[in-house]
Amino acid sequence: MTATFPKHIPAEGYIPPSRQQEPPRKSYKYIGQNLKRVEDPRLLTGNGQYIDDIVLPNMAHAAVLRSDRAHARIKRIDTSKAKALAGVYLVLTGAEAKEMTGATAQFASPPVVQYCLAVDRVRHVGEAVAAVVAENRYVAEDACDLIEVEYQDLPVVVDPEAAMTSSGDAVLHPERGPNNIAQHRTFTFGPVQEDFAKADVVVKRTLRWGRSGAQPLETVGCIAAYEPGSGKFTMHTNSSFLNYVGWLVGASLGVPASKLNLIPCVTGGSFGSKLFTHKVMTLAGTLARAAGRPVKYLEDRLDNITSCDNHGSDRLYRCELALKRDGTMQSLRFQVIDDYGAYFQFGVGTHGNSLCQIVGPYRINSIQMELIAVLTNKCQQGAYRGFGSEVTNWMLERMADAAADELKMDPIELRRRNLIQPGQFPYVIPSGNLYDSGNYPAVLEEALRIAELPKWNKIRDEARAKGRCVGIGIATCQERSVFSATEFWSLNGTENPGFTLTSSPESTQIRIDPTGAIHVTLGSPFWGNSPETMAVQIVAEQFQVDPSQVNIVYADTQSGFNSTGPGGSRFTVMIAGAIVGAAKQVKDKLLRVSGHMMEADVGDLEFRAGKIGVKGVPGKEKTIGEVALFAHYFRLNLPAGDAFASGLDANYVYDHPLTTMPAADRSHLGIFYPIMGHMCHLALVEVDPKTGKVAILDYVAVHDAGTVVNPMTLAGHIRGGTAQGIGTALYEKFHYDETGQLVTGTFADYLIPTLAEMPPAIRVGHVETPSPFTEYGIKGGGEGGRMGAPGALSRAIEDALSQYGVRCDELPLTPRKVRELVRAGEKR
Amino acid sequence: MALIPISLKVNGTRFERAVEPRRLLSDFLREDLGLKATHVGCEHGVCGTCTVLMDGEAVRSCLSFAVQADGCEVRTADGLAQGGKLSALQQAFWEKHGLQCGFCTPGMLMVATELLERNAKPTKAEIEEAVSSNLCRCTGYYNIVESVQRAAELMQEGAK
Repeated sequence: MTATFPKHIPAEGYIPPSRQQEPPRKSYKYIGQNLKRVEDPRLLTGNGQYIDDIVLPNMAHAAVLRSDRAHARIKRIDTSKAKALAGVYLVLTGAEAKEMTGATAQFASPPVVQYCLAVDRVRHVGEAVAAVVAENRYVAEDACDLIEVEYQDLPVVVDPEAAMTSSGDAVLHPERGPNNIAQHRTFTFGPVQEDFAKADVVVKRTLRWGRSGAQPLETVGCIAAYEPGSGKFTMHTNSSFLNYVGWLVGASLGVPASKLNLIPCVTGGSFGSKLFTHKVMTLAGTLARAAGRPVKYLEDRLDNITSCDNHGSDRLYRCELALKRDGTMQSLRFQVIDDYGAYFQFGVGTHGNSLCQIVGPYRINSIQMELIAVLTNKCQQGAYRGFGSEVTNWMLERMADAAADELKMDPIELRRRNLIQPGQFPYVIPSGNLYDSGNYPAVLEEALRIAELPKWNKIRDEARAKGRCVGIGIATCQERSVFSATEFWSLNGTENPGFTLTSSPESTQIRIDPTGAIHVTLGSPFWGNSPETMAVQIVAEQFQVDPSQVNIVYADTQSGFNSTGPGGSRFTVMIAGAIVGAAKQVKDKLLRVSGHMMEADVGDLEFRAGKIGVKGVPGKEKTIGEVALFAHYFRLNLPAGDAFASGLDANYVYDHPLTTMPAADRSHLGIFYPIMGHMCHLALVEVDPKTGKVAILDYVAVHDAGTVVNPMTLAGHIRGGTAQGIGTALYEKFHYDETGQLVTGTFADYLIPTLAEMPPAIRVGHVETPSPFTEYGIKGGGEGGRMGAPGALSRAIEDALSQYGVRCDELPLTPRKVRELVRAGEKR
Repeated sequence: MALIPISLKVNGTRFERAVEPRRLLSDFLREDLGLKATHVGCEHGVCGTCTVLMDGEAVRSCLSFAVQADGCEVRTADGLAQGGKLSALQQAFWEKHGLQCGFCTPGMLMVATELLERNAKPTKAEIEEAVSSNLCRCTGYYNIVESVQRAAELMQEGAK
């Protein structure tokens, strides 16, 4: 294979060799099957054991008093009435909590300090001011109402552009410096100036991506218990990354990881928003230690929506795209102002993420990004399905459509002309990241085939002839997968990057018991994805056993090891790597033992349908159960040496398949998110120009996530992700008014799509271009739908309203916003 | 706070308890009776995750007080599986991948139960109307509609 490189990146030795052990095959027995999910029966019967289902003896309940001010000094807190209420065990203010618990974990460098309860100052509406522990939640909330807080209001900053010039009391964190700019840097990848100088056309747009968030139906919770004798914490948590960064909660609580055990539970949705949940764990631990009994703290919806630390990106772009007259894209430069809210937990990780696919599927030669991260009086940003790349996908698609309009080209044709071609992989983009494999034209053509575009055109034209506003939109987007951690530190100042090359591994233990049952331990929890089903299908493939023989166990942090967790569409790829590694060791031993049992050479043996047999000799075989029984109890009949030690088990840690260091001068960022999926979304919409209502008439989503382990569950992610993309594009917004009040603080105001807002169907197609770097060629596909829908819908609405000369440059396109656009068009 | 005596049947079992008048039905079911299938999502009646049947009618248990269920027959998703066997409705959700995280599922199951008891052969539009009362953040809803369609089929087959 011949790789494609931009001129500014030295090709020699840039791409490490592949560590793939299991190349993709033409056919599989279990991989690629629509196995019914292993997780479902217990979820369907109410036996999921979500965080709120767990009850400990003597457990008390916590509630949190939250700030009704966006920005204020806390002058005085009087908790005496709350403490006097019957059934109240403990009332704790931020200042009191700080005496026993340190700041919450931070990944930004330099950090912006945050505590689990605000100290001295509140910086957004909903920030925790005090907590109550009581015999039940009702009493705890009663007590919150009895706490008196005297505030001194400070100037409120909600506008991200205004935040760039804040000074004096409007500065949220004066200890950081005299302004609200958290980071301001420009990154240049390739010959941007030259490319612009050579361009025939420069297309300019200002684009605004509104703030939305995951809002899973289950909020974040933790049940913490503390043993005063041993000084040990035990916590039940719905965090997704407990084996990755859980130990940092110990650091906040002032105990070593040896005195902190985090126990995972089934999680009612995350979409990124439960990656860490460290603030809630830190708070629950603080309260349990201080109250002397186990404490459950579960956010209610208002807690979560105002203070989940996981609002999504909130960006203003000023973009310029340089093109040749024939529509060939040359270079893209932009300024982006991103409103991170009141804290900065992950630094500018969402922009590190964006840069891994910043040219999209297009052959753009150079990129320049001026990044201005600002702090305002809002809930801080965290993760939401796409982690910033969904925004750049939308930005790129908006720029592609804008270019098509200015050049009077068909948007599909403009894209077709710029797509990276199948023969160009592996393809290194200007920011340094690698696209491992792909066939973008095939995805586009498959989407057009499924949509039957001529029919859509006919529907549109006939509707228009009757005066109706019907339009078609397209998005051709990237879907990077297999998160490592470079994105969190590569954009930091090189004098203080915070980290170096990070693997973010995933591990498993495979153990075959004496009956032949296969027990697989996962170091990552269930968060609404299908970790058990994925593991079962891959283990069944490895051992050629029936899936019913495989049992999944989840590790707590005391027994688990070196796992990262689901996120960044990584879990299926990473657990496949861990399973392949562990299975190889266990299979080798099965062969050694069965070879002795059957007096056969290991090289003559094969796995066949739950058995190990001698190749070419039907009937000469042992079941895995027979071998396992022998290996467990009759080891002394086997040769001496560790190779035959009793039992059948292996641990394996699978490191990230392909990641390299950024250039010291950041002229490129290295390879950091290379397992590259792709998608094409097509939308047919009708807009009612009188009400601004958008009806999606038809929708097609074709994705390439490499080798597919379970087409049914992948399609579930695509459709569900698209539903969230529809929400982001048309309905959902955390709207803060000028005083910093969150006016969309309930599900009656923050509008998550119901079935009534969905298209009649989302027709899904799969193209499979296996990765040359992962086991079986699997790529991740957990985030895709949300990464494509906003672009396709924005264009479809723009097309539908073409008679009004509308540009859809701001999301969400709520009915009110659409009416504004139509009204402005009518005036023109 | 004074306690009010209530007597009600939940999933076929009679309970006599004394509750605070402000105690929510959802909390009563989950905490007092230990019936964990009913989940609470938004706490103000929008998402429908907490849906249970009260005398055969779907209600939001997060907006109902336990005292309102006095004298009623309440059914929750805990009671759907019988003898360790999934009901036809649960089976259909499993077959059709009608759930991902599973948190909204009990509410969806109870909405579907109400529909199918009133209308054994609902049209797709009738199913869509019922399902659109509840939020699901994972699936995009299509598989939930298909699950209910499949459940209606399974129940018809079972009735033969």
